[in-house]
Amino acid sequence: MPFEVIAALRFLGEGRMQTTFIIVGASIGVAVVVFMSAILTGMQANIIRRSLLSQPHIVIQPAEEVARPLRDPRDEAPTVQKRTQRLLSIDQWQAHSQVIRDMPGVDVVTPTVAGPAFALRGDANRSVSLTGIDPDDFVRIVPLPDKIVAGTWRLTSTDVLIGTELATDLGAAVGDKMRLATPNGAALTLTITGIFDLGSKGVNERNVYVLLRTAQDLLNLTGGASNLDVTVKDLWQAENIAQRINARVGLEADSWIRTNNQLFIALNAQTISNTALRIAVAICVALGIASVLVVSVVQKSREIGILRAMGASRLQVMNVFLIQGGIVGLVGSIFGSAIAAAFLKAWEVMLKNPDGTPLFQLHFEPKLAVWAAIIATLTGLAAAVTPARRAARLDPVVAIRG
Amino acid sequence: MAEAVIRLEGVRKAYPGAGGEDVEVLHGIDLGLDRGEFVALMGPSGSGKSTLLNLVGLLDRPTGGRILIAGADTTALDEAAITQLRGKRIGFVFQYHYLIPAFTAIENVMMPMLLARGRPDEAMRKRAAALLAQVGLTQWENNKVNFLSGGQQQRVAIARALAMNPALVLADEPTGNLDTKSADGVFSVMREVNRAEGTAFLFVTHNPTLAARCDRLVQLVDGRIVTPAAAPQPALAAASP
Repeated sequence: MPFEVIAALRFLGEGRMQTTFIIVGASIGVAVVVFMSAILTGMQANIIRRSLLSQPHIVIQPAEEVARPLRDPRDEAPTVQKRTQRLLSIDQWQAHSQVIRDMPGVDVVTPTVAGPAFALRGDANRSVSLTGIDPDDFVRIVPLPDKIVAGTWRLTSTDVLIGTELATDLGAAVGDKMRLATPNGAALTLTITGIFDLGSKGVNERNVYVLLRTAQDLLNLTGGASNLDVTVKDLWQAENIAQRINARVGLEADSWIRTNNQLFIALNAQTISNTALRIAVAICVALGIASVLVVSVVQKSREIGILRAMGASRLQVMNVFLIQGGIVGLVGSIFGSAIAAAFLKAWEVMLKNPDGTPLFQLHFEPKLAVWAAIIATLTGLAAAVTPARRAARLDPVVAIRG
Repeated sequence: MAEAVIRLEGVRKAYPGAGGEDVEVLHGIDLGLDRGEFVALMGPSGSGKSTLLNLVGLLDRPTGGRILIAGADTTALDEAAITQLRGKRIGFVFQYHYLIPAFTAIENVMMPMLLARGRPDEAMRKRAAALLAQVGLTQWENNKVNFLSGGQQQRVAIARALAMNPALVLADEPTGNLDTKSADGVFSVMREVNRAEGTAFLFVTHNPTLAARCDRLVQLVDGRIVTPAAAPQPALAAASP
């Protein structure tokens, strides 16, 4: 071990009380930061997971229809009315979905047919959002089978899956019949095979799932697909991938980041305020380390003078104190990460959902501890700069005589 | 005859005074120490002994004159070069021993070698152990220095001063706080090293008996050397009353 490290360790060991206090301080600081970061990450992952549970990451739709005046608008000033948007199939959707499936980062691509419909049963009449799905692919986007609370996960051309709220409104149970009617006059009587709960009242009230072919019949879109639903491997890449899809196949591709903009902004704001807090804690820890080291330099000025008389360079003296700061940061981060891990464990054990699962998934990632160690060590070093410079500037004559 | 370990030529030192005028403490000192010489420096308080020692030890710089180490002028050297020269050529023994309490006796002795070479090694440890044996402290070498007596601490300081095999050791009243017996022991150790290794000593003391046992006596009064520094002195005359 080089002289500087040996001396730093000895000096820290000598001022036992001071060293203990400052390491405890640094540990608490690191523990707070690590704990907060883990909670925030877990909470955000949880919010995203819940919000995106019943929706794909990217929805691809046919390009919007626009009205094109036949005469040149520079010659005369025509009144151009906005085109109404019919429910259209994506042109060449089978070919496109193959292209999109092969793009990097894309996980699942599945066609859906979505449109408005009425759910009718006896006197009850509710407007719903009808979605025709390809069950095998669709469950990889929305885990519907896990969310079935009554009945079974089965979908044939005469079956329908409805949410808990809609079942209540219609007074329907599994096995009952209901009628689905669309504005273009088509109507079918279907059997309710399953009732799902996707965790949101609006969704449970409005979403109705049938087989792709059934929806095509009802919405008069034979052989077509109104949407391509896509999931991606990395959530945060959704917008980039959506733009690549748009560039590649010329279809409208909207990512969850765009369609849930408020959520995205809220998550970002949370991250920013968390960062501000982390910086504040780091500054407090740094000031604590700095003040202890300043006192230590004053206490040890005579020893510093002797070291200088014996041939220690200013750089060597400075390094001794810088390393002390670094050691305090590093040791503090190790204890701090351990404390945080213990608290996270306690949190997981104590705070549970009614069904016994943890309130939300918390992951104490080793990466976080490594980052904490690096940042805490750098903070300790930075905190030690002023005291170390002060030590290096000591005049040996004054230090020894004083 | 023997070459000069250190030579001071017309050295002056002034400090900024209260009235804005500089106060000169040393007024043109000419002093040389030869290899293997053991010189006593005496003088009343305030005569400039400490200032002179700081200059000789390259801890401070003169405001006039020059200091030559082994014939080389130090006036133009920068801070880093002076520090290096000091570490290699000069050993210090102070009145208040000034060991580093966080380290053991042997580690304190190793310290100058450690500072010069960066990392400890077996050769350093061996040399330190040999030096501690020389001052009779082998059995205490792994004790923290705070647990040693004053005389023992001072002997550790002597061993430390010798670590780099310096040409010159500056001893600032090393026996000042010791009882007669310990003082005598410490002095004998220094004298033995001086004879065995040929190390020059500049020994500041108020004790005329010890001063009489040196090769030469230099007396400093009011910033001037008053005794002719050439021949051995009949210093016993001062010691008799």
